Amino acid sequence: MIPISHYLILSAVMFTIGCAGVLTRRNAIIIFMCIELMLNSVNLTFVAFSAYLGDSAGQIIVFFVMAVAAAEAAVGLAIVLALFRNKKSVDINDVNILKW
Amino acid sequence: MSYTDAFFYFFAALTVGSALVVTFSRSVIYAAFALLFTFLGVAGLYVLLQADFLAVAQIMVYVGGILILLLFGVMLTTRVTNAEITTGTVQGLPATVVVGILLGTLILLVSRATWNVQESLPDVTGTTTEIGERLLTTFLLPFEIAGILLLVAIMGAAMIARSTDKTKEAA
Repeated sequence: MIPISHYLILSAVMFTIGCAGVLTRRNAIIIFMCIELMLNSVNLTFVAFSAYLGDSAGQIIVFFVMAVAAAEAAVGLAIVLALFRNKKSVDINDVNILKW
Repeated sequence: MSYTDAFFYFFAALTVGSALVVTFSRSVIYAAFALLFTFLGVAGLYVLLQADFLAVAQIMVYVGGILILLLFGVMLTTRVTNAEITTGTVQGLPATVVVGILLGTLILLVSRATWNVQESLPDVTGTTTEIGERLLTTFLLPFEIAGILLLVAIMGAAMIARSTDKTKEAA
């Protein structure tokens, strides 16, 4: 039997990998993928606690997180596409017109 | 080591390995395909945790929806002149420090805390009925709000993605 801490550590490692990607990568689409990684790791934590506590509320919250992630991906990619049309680049260093 | 333990370590290795590829691969396409294996690994872990409905939803929503959307994004934002879609990394040292502190804190927390949970998973024969019932009773309001959120997001995404064409026509 796998103890719950294994799942929690796995999810911590996944979250950290996603965080590293968000901090170091400069391609907007890769940053998206890393955000999805972080969302997935938190979902894994929810499901692990839901299973080990015998309460399905955690799984329902994961369901809502998936809905929000889908909405976020759609809007985010639309923004990236609009950005690409204007700037011909998805490098976030090129998006600095609000930088003072 | 029982079969389920072996499956856990297999899926964990698959998830972490492909997550590393997503984060550190220089090619955006490779990262997108590695993300596919990360999602599949997480879906496998959901199965091990007896969340059958969520495992299917994970594959349908993430692999069938979000990943395809991301691949479209990669394809549409590639310059035709660029044969290789590559992208580098920056700020390696500060990021390493932040990430190291984060991982250390999380692992220390998880390993030190005593979780007040059951030692073994209860036998569940399927979660779909319970999830459906609770979604339409206890969680009805969030459920409806999620529906509105998705509708608004779809309309907003369509608006943003085509807004530049409109201005071009006007000008």
